[in-house]
Amino acid sequence: MQMQPEFVEEARRQAEICNACRYCEGYCAVFPALQAERAFAEADLTQLANLCHNCRNCYHACQYTAPHEFDLNLPKALAELRHDSWDAFAWPGGLARGFQRSGTMIAAAFVLGFAALFLAARALPAEGEGFYAVLSHNVMVAIFAPAFLLPLASLSVSLRRYWAHVGGGRITLGHLRHAFGSAAKMRNLAGGHGDGCNFEEEDRFSQARRHAHTAVLVGFLLCFASTSSGTVLHYVFDAPAPYGFWSLPKLLGVPGGLLLGGGALWLAHLKLKADPELGAPSAWGGEMGFVLLLAFVAWSGLALWLLRDHAALPVVLALHLGGVLAFFLLMPFTKMAHGFYRLAALVRDAQRREAS
Amino acid sequence: MTDTPDILVIGGGNAALCAAIEAAEAGARVLILEAAPKPYRGGNSRHTRNFRCMHDGPLSVLVDAYEEEEYVADLMKVTGGKTDENLARLAIRSSQDCLPWMEAHGVRFQPSLSGTLSLARTNAFFMGGGKSLVNAYYRTVEALGVEVRYEAHVMHLELDGDRIARVDFDHEGQSHSLSPRAVVVASGGFQADRDWLARAWGPAAKNFLIRGTPYNRGVVLADLLDQGVASVGDPTQCHAVAIDGRAPLYDGGIVTRLDCVPFSIVVNKEGERFYDEGEDVWPKRYAIWGRLVAAQPDQVGHVIIDAKSINLFMPSVFPPLKADSIEELAGMMGLPAQKVAATVAEFNAACGDTSGFSPMELDGVTTTGLTPPKTNWARPITEPPFYGYSLKTGVTFTYLGLKVDERAQCATDRGPIRNLWAAGETMAGSILGQGYLAGFGMTIGTVFGRIAGKEAAAYANAA
Repeated sequence: MQMQPEFVEEARRQAEICNACRYCEGYCAVFPALQAERAFAEADLTQLANLCHNCRNCYHACQYTAPHEFDLNLPKALAELRHDSWDAFAWPGGLARGFQRSGTMIAAAFVLGFAALFLAARALPAEGEGFYAVLSHNVMVAIFAPAFLLPLASLSVSLRRYWAHVGGGRITLGHLRHAFGSAAKMRNLAGGHGDGCNFEEEDRFSQARRHAHTAVLVGFLLCFASTSSGTVLHYVFDAPAPYGFWSLPKLLGVPGGLLLGGGALWLAHLKLKADPELGAPSAWGGEMGFVLLLAFVAWSGLALWLLRDHAALPVVLALHLGGVLAFFLLMPFTKMAHGFYRLAALVRDAQRREAS
Repeated sequence: MTDTPDILVIGGGNAALCAAIEAAEAGARVLILEAAPKPYRGGNSRHTRNFRCMHDGPLSVLVDAYEEEEYVADLMKVTGGKTDENLARLAIRSSQDCLPWMEAHGVRFQPSLSGTLSLARTNAFFMGGGKSLVNAYYRTVEALGVEVRYEAHVMHLELDGDRIARVDFDHEGQSHSLSPRAVVVASGGFQADRDWLARAWGPAAKNFLIRGTPYNRGVVLADLLDQGVASVGDPTQCHAVAIDGRAPLYDGGIVTRLDCVPFSIVVNKEGERFYDEGEDVWPKRYAIWGRLVAAQPDQVGHVIIDAKSINLFMPSVFPPLKADSIEELAGMMGLPAQKVAATVAEFNAACGDTSGFSPMELDGVTTTGLTPPKTNWARPITEPPFYGYSLKTGVTFTYLGLKVDERAQCATDRGPIRNLWAAGETMAGSILGQGYLAGFGMTIGTVFGRIAGKEAAAYANAA
């Protein structure tokens, strides 16, 4: 569990310059946290890196960016360190680097997921209606329960490592309220003044990334709620799928899928317009691969519903479930991990505020 | 560009942009010629951080009230009365309307920055600092259809009787001439022309650092003064403060400040103290120290503190030199070790009861029998490790400028120049005859930039 010294050192060099300037104090949570330190230990920098939402406002406001000899690019320095910290905290460790940084590896995982589901559908007996005529409910549970729980176990190991590294204390309801409140409002992408961030067009403020991210988050949660409601209907009310449109799983899942699919494509579009040099360039492919995987999961899920009586259903189902499988299994090692680390950093920041 | 603009704005900082916005909103076609390349656009405005603003009651991020008479009194204190009171009151009174105007044109404010709470009532801080203000204004002028050319160097304004007949400039390796209806000069002072600075101040100025833009070379200012355009301000003087001696030659900006002098002793290259380091709180003394250091051999000072004081001031951008003994530290600083040790010993012996030490206020903890004395925060320098910084003179701006009237219009001794206006640092000497008041440069730039833009547009539209 070791971070690369050059990333730590560069983040420290830049943080020390920022600490002597402080003009960006109002933009986000990073600067008040930064200004609370006088010397920056590795753990302080890791916490700052995970607190940073890469809104880039500080970069465009900075009087010391290249060609100035101070060559400040704090969003990049923190992004590099952030990705490096996820590599360092990931468990099992060896897997992390590849998926975090490589869209190709994410695509390969998806193909493998598809193949596994396709073969399962062909080889195993099916029973029931709709999707279950392709793949039985028990087989789905047998595949997806571990595929969901194992990554959560992995993430919990990573987060415990993070928490120990940054010296986090006992968590109270107040800390959680602060952290989830920040995340729900995307407060750190609002720019302090509410005009948003400088992401897709140099120094122009825009709410696009904030809104796209909210669409993805809400869409994801709706899809998750849809699946959960299906589980409850199945086990508690003995009402197995398929469900009609006016059912809870559909009423949650259809708008959820549209928000997730639309939001993910919007994020991918913004990412294409944004300058990769203000993030971690080496992680660009992995981030893009992850966003596209999210979009694929959402749109293929909606396609399943539209093609429910079509001959292509088994193939589409295997594609969709292959994507879902890849998404879940890679959760600790892709951009998906950022949500967990970000929440941890926000909780830690709430503790710092309380103490100061 | 093929068309001649109605209005040519020379410069690309706050005053120039305010003028361009007002002129374009009045319907004029405006061209901005900015000497800097795009990443360095904005002149000294990109290093600023706040706007000193009169207000009768709470206004945006500003609390309480800051009324005209108090503002004027603050200005009188720093300028020692060297101001044009009529213009000063105009700037002060207009500032209140400027703040909402700035917000309407994209500027965002934040509550006063940590460490500057004393300014919470008087100064509105730009969120992200001056460069974010400059960015907002460039976005605004672009939306208004104003053309901006970077790396465009104006070489000459042809004064023909009572009007500017022609403007010559170089851009992308070619010489151009334009004859706009009106011209606004907002291209700053001359502090980045080190030869001019040395002629004005004396050879010591060769060792000064320039805190802001390297593009304020005074080319347009000199060109107009040569043609008899009326000037104002002491041509030999500049505003200078003591900054970290390792700062870059240009554009070091805010981070090169060094706030540790009150907790230190400062020696020159001979190892001798030369002034009371504890005379007053640092924000009231850094400008005096710019001059003090300028008067020392090689224009350099050396700050020595001990472990007791290292966390009492804002973090500095360059780490201090650090040693376990005064002699070792002196050696690292290139100073005569025995002499420095003797100076420190003499200072330490002159320190008395330090129990009343209080870093945030004048504590009266003073030396006795020492020349020069240290009249506050005088604690012996005894606790290793010892730390050292160097101090150099950092020039903020020059006072010499174009004399303007309340319409921001320039003149010769034959009367007003019909189509020439000036705004910002290039005319600030009209109001700031000496000294400086935090955030007042942006007030002058905004108020007179807006006036110049409106006046120029009214003239151009009527022509």
